[in-house]
Amino acid sequence: MKFTSVFDIIGPVMIGPSSSHTAGAARIGRVARDLFGRQPKWAKIHLYGSFAETYRGHGTDVAIVGGLLDYDTFDERIKTSFQLAKEAGLEFEFITETANKEHPNTARIVLGDDSGEMSVEGISIGGGKIEISEVNGFKLRLTGGMPAILVVHDDRAGCIANVANTLAMHHVNIGHMEVSRIERGQTALMVIEVDQNIDEKILHQISLIPHITKVSKINN
Amino acid sequence: MDVLFRNVKELVELAESRNMLISDIMIEQEMNITGRSREEIIAQMDNNLTVMEQAVERGLNGVQSVTGLTGGDAVLLQNYIAKGNSLSGDLLLDAVSKAVATNEVNAAMGTICATPTAGSAGVVPGTLFAVKNKLNPTREQMINYLFTSGAFGFVVANNAMISGAAGGCQAEVGSASAMAAAAIVEMAGGTPAQSAEAFAITLKNMLGLVCDPVAGLVEVPCVKRNAMGAANSLVAADMALAGVTSRIPCDEVIGAMFRIGQAMSPNLKETARGGLAATPTGKAIAARIFGGTA
Repeated sequence: MKFTSVFDIIGPVMIGPSSSHTAGAARIGRVARDLFGRQPKWAKIHLYGSFAETYRGHGTDVAIVGGLLDYDTFDERIKTSFQLAKEAGLEFEFITETANKEHPNTARIVLGDDSGEMSVEGISIGGGKIEISEVNGFKLRLTGGMPAILVVHDDRAGCIANVANTLAMHHVNIGHMEVSRIERGQTALMVIEVDQNIDEKILHQISLIPHITKVSKINN
Repeated sequence: MDVLFRNVKELVELAESRNMLISDIMIEQEMNITGRSREEIIAQMDNNLTVMEQAVERGLNGVQSVTGLTGGDAVLLQNYIAKGNSLSGDLLLDAVSKAVATNEVNAAMGTICATPTAGSAGVVPGTLFAVKNKLNPTREQMINYLFTSGAFGFVVANNAMISGAAGGCQAEVGSASAMAAAAIVEMAGGTPAQSAEAFAITLKNMLGLVCDPVAGLVEVPCVKRNAMGAANSLVAADMALAGVTSRIPCDEVIGAMFRIGQAMSPNLKETARGGLAATPTGKAIAARIFGGTA
């Protein structure tokens, strides 16, 4: 079931004009920033399908940039996000793509700073609801509606159990979990949706587990 | 956690067997799924209602979009109603003007509550604030109106689609209008089954509606589609309350909407490549706004 809450239908409260192209876009930007873990210095924003065709009229561009600045869907600052990004030291570029994606409203955001970069692909599925479909080349499905942890790790036995044990130790319940890898024995990604926001201490503890290379989170 | 209903049939049966309102079932399901308290859930919906009220008020005072394509029609309609010569009826036109007001605010990048989307945000509040003057509901009943709309929208969103890009305008303003019709029936004292009939009658009459925004903007024809959507939902609600039923069951109408949406050309699904967007005037407007590239 894609839509679980009545507030997916009656909501969100948002700056117009489009729930999928403005509110959804802002959310994709914000989740990308969340996953990156800090304010990026630069972002290359690739737009596909209907996003590519109509982004200017819908304010998709200012919304994504607003999301990258951590603004929520109803934040009035979305309207002036380009100027505010400049002031915050965030450079951005929009690239309209002609390739056909599975979903018409797709954005791929490559964002980074001096110490790293990340690629996040999100789709806006209607009514402001989004799904994250790819992170750094890993296919996944993440709604952003629940707090979640993303763990990049070596594809070795025991990694998943170690992470799950750490969460269990802190009484964190796992609601949903997915594991994917690009190639056997190489790098893999765990996507763990949990019932409550995870604090930095737990994330740090997970990052110390052997064969874990990167940990990021989405709060809700 | 347990989902209480997956389609309209289950929703209506549950409400009738338990002798509850559809809004009550929606609140209970929300508690089940999210684990939040009744008070928290109702408070959030109360806040959404306030946002809707403020948007209508702002629109009735007159707004203009950045492009100048939309704005001011809500004011024209209110002035016309005040003269007392309306042909379609004051309540209906009031709903139309308040739906227009909301969408004009949306087009001007103002704050609105999506119901179910921003492009279709006018119908549910527009009808609510018009019907309010006739039925004098309590604040709680107005909040329930939104939960009932949400219950039907929940079914459409999960069994079909609610975005113009996925299913055309039938999925957006069509769904919004059908949701509103169901909620009007409940507020007017109709049965859950009559809510479902009103929903079916409304959606049937908006099947096939394409999403063809001029220049890709949520302005033309979106604002007027919300206007007519509001009219559609009021008439359908009256029909259902009169005892008129749909020969095609509600869930099958939703299924038909889904298949029509899938069969619809991508040119007619929010890409601004077909329909009104592709008319000579539509293209000229796009060229004026974007310098000929849109």
